[in-house]
Amino acid sequence: MKRYEQLPHTADIAVRVYGRDLKDLFTNAAFAMFDIIADLEGFKESVSIGVELEAASSEELLIVWLDELLYNFYTKGIIFSGFNIAFLDGKKLSAKACGRHVRENRNRLKTEIKAATYHDLNIRESDEGCSVDIVFDV
Amino acid sequence: MSRIEEVLVQTWTGPLEKIDDYRWRIPKSYKSGMRVDGMIYADEHLLESIKHDRAPEQVANVATLPGIVKYSLAMPDIHWGYGAPIGGVSAYDIDEGGIVSPGMIGYDINCGIRLVKTDLTEKDVKPRIKELINGLYNHVPAGLGSEGKIRVNPEEERKILTRGAAWAVSRGFGTKEDLEYTEEKGAMEGADPSRVSERAYQRGKKQSGTLGSGNHFIEIQRVSEIYDVKAAEIFGIEKGQITVMIHSGSRGFGYQICDEYSKDMMGILNKYGISVPDRQLACAPVKSPEGWAYIGAMKCAANYAWNNRQCLMHLVREIFEKVFKKSFKNLGMDLIYDVAHNIAKFEKYNIDGKEKLLCVHRKGATRAFPPGHPDLPEKYKPIGQPVIIPGDMGRYSFLLVGTQKAEETFFSTCHGAGRLMSRKTAVSACRGRSISGELAEKGITVMAAGRSTLAEEAPEAYKNVNDVVHVVHEAGISKRVARMRPIAVIKG
Repeated sequence: MKRYEQLPHTADIAVRVYGRDLKDLFTNAAFAMFDIIADLEGFKESVSIGVELEAASSEELLIVWLDELLYNFYTKGIIFSGFNIAFLDGKKLSAKACGRHVRENRNRLKTEIKAATYHDLNIRESDEGCSVDIVFDV
Repeated sequence: MSRIEEVLVQTWTGPLEKIDDYRWRIPKSYKSGMRVDGMIYADEHLLESIKHDRAPEQVANVATLPGIVKYSLAMPDIHWGYGAPIGGVSAYDIDEGGIVSPGMIGYDINCGIRLVKTDLTEKDVKPRIKELINGLYNHVPAGLGSEGKIRVNPEEERKILTRGAAWAVSRGFGTKEDLEYTEEKGAMEGADPSRVSERAYQRGKKQSGTLGSGNHFIEIQRVSEIYDVKAAEIFGIEKGQITVMIHSGSRGFGYQICDEYSKDMMGILNKYGISVPDRQLACAPVKSPEGWAYIGAMKCAANYAWNNRQCLMHLVREIFEKVFKKSFKNLGMDLIYDVAHNIAKFEKYNIDGKEKLLCVHRKGATRAFPPGHPDLPEKYKPIGQPVIIPGDMGRYSFLLVGTQKAEETFFSTCHGAGRLMSRKTAVSACRGRSISGELAEKGITVMAAGRSTLAEEAPEAYKNVNDVVHVVHEAGISKRVARMRPIAVIKG
């Protein structure tokens, strides 16, 4: 199954993310974001952080999760590429994100993402899995 | 077109009623909940590309927000944004439940542009262009992950947030005259650092004096056309003269503030009985603790951005001084003006015979005050506020002035060329080509920090800025003064 694909968007970057279930969808959304930020080919993780988050709905939790990782990318200088979601119920999330420091991987950086936006956010769930379109402000 | 593109690229099928050659109305009957009409400034040619975008729907969405007066407006460089369209202008009556919305100002609070004149000509600059561009590229931190040289302690940081560009001037990074020629004199009153989270401080602290990436740039240009001799004389420019343009904003500091307040406002929509057609339009009444808190924080980000552009201009002046071995004053490097194009402001307008205090949102739109406006520097009162419109890196940029007729747009006009192609499409269209080579053939030197920036920012990815400026000039909401052609460009 494809993890994500980029969609045409005039001003920003939009992606359609797929997942077998909600956990898989959140994992792939985080992967998509860092795949846009940096070249993740052959990337080996060496550091990790723990994340505990809450929000009012799955959609809001998804953006809170992405923005939390983005905040850590900018302030701790870590490019994340591996995500392990231990708990996710639509309003709460507990996860571990693994990556490497930017300083030793500066040549991998591609695109600055300012934020994951809430624009037209709608998680679609069906028997085959789930998908969501996310617009990143770049 | 793939199935996905068909789903996403919805062609507008709603009503667009022609008012005149440059104005088109989306009547409020189009969609339930619209409180006012939508109005798009465009000619038939630009309207074609606007219709193949989701932007008109976003104009209609904005028209549903509480307290909106007159119209939900869109400038001719309008394109699909998140929440509100880019190129959108709307104003809210704060005594009638009028709102403020972080998403309708944007993540890059006070993204804006400044134009610096020089007394140099192309003849002076051409032989030194490599030296200048390399000097700028090495001296100005640009691109993703770059860090600024200006480091301050938390107490100084708070001073930046309340004093804006005056902080840089107090450190010797510019002159008092620079402040005179900056919108709001480089700082909005009422900035409240206590409304800024620790996280925003953390994201912003290493980024003062950095350009950023994507469409942020420094451009050395030549004045190629003068349309209004009198105004150009007051600005101190003539044909052949060299100018420098700087485009940047509030960096991670502003992005974090927008993100946090957008989320907070989503949680209080019910409390104020507000429903929004798109979560990104989350808002709160200006006259509410939440609305007021955001405004205090937004002003901090706006001031951070003015300080940032002041620091960037200082770095540019240092390189010119080094290359030409003269002080920037002797090089005539005066600031013509600095404008914000992502911001909310409180301005008074006459609405149905009554003076009202409105919260005017401009997202990808420029304030354009008319001649005689009290907020203008004395020197510009006879001609109106300078409006700086960057185009793409291969064609032109413009200098315009505000007009009285722009009262109909809450004294607002366009902000740039507006994108025509997505970044992805632009990269595909440029595959196998050398954009820097193509521009070099046109006499334009470019350098970019990001590896795909040049393809993403290729001239063809943008609308022709001539077309955009033609509309605002003909519609009378601002007036052409001069056109500049790029000589050298640094992209983030």
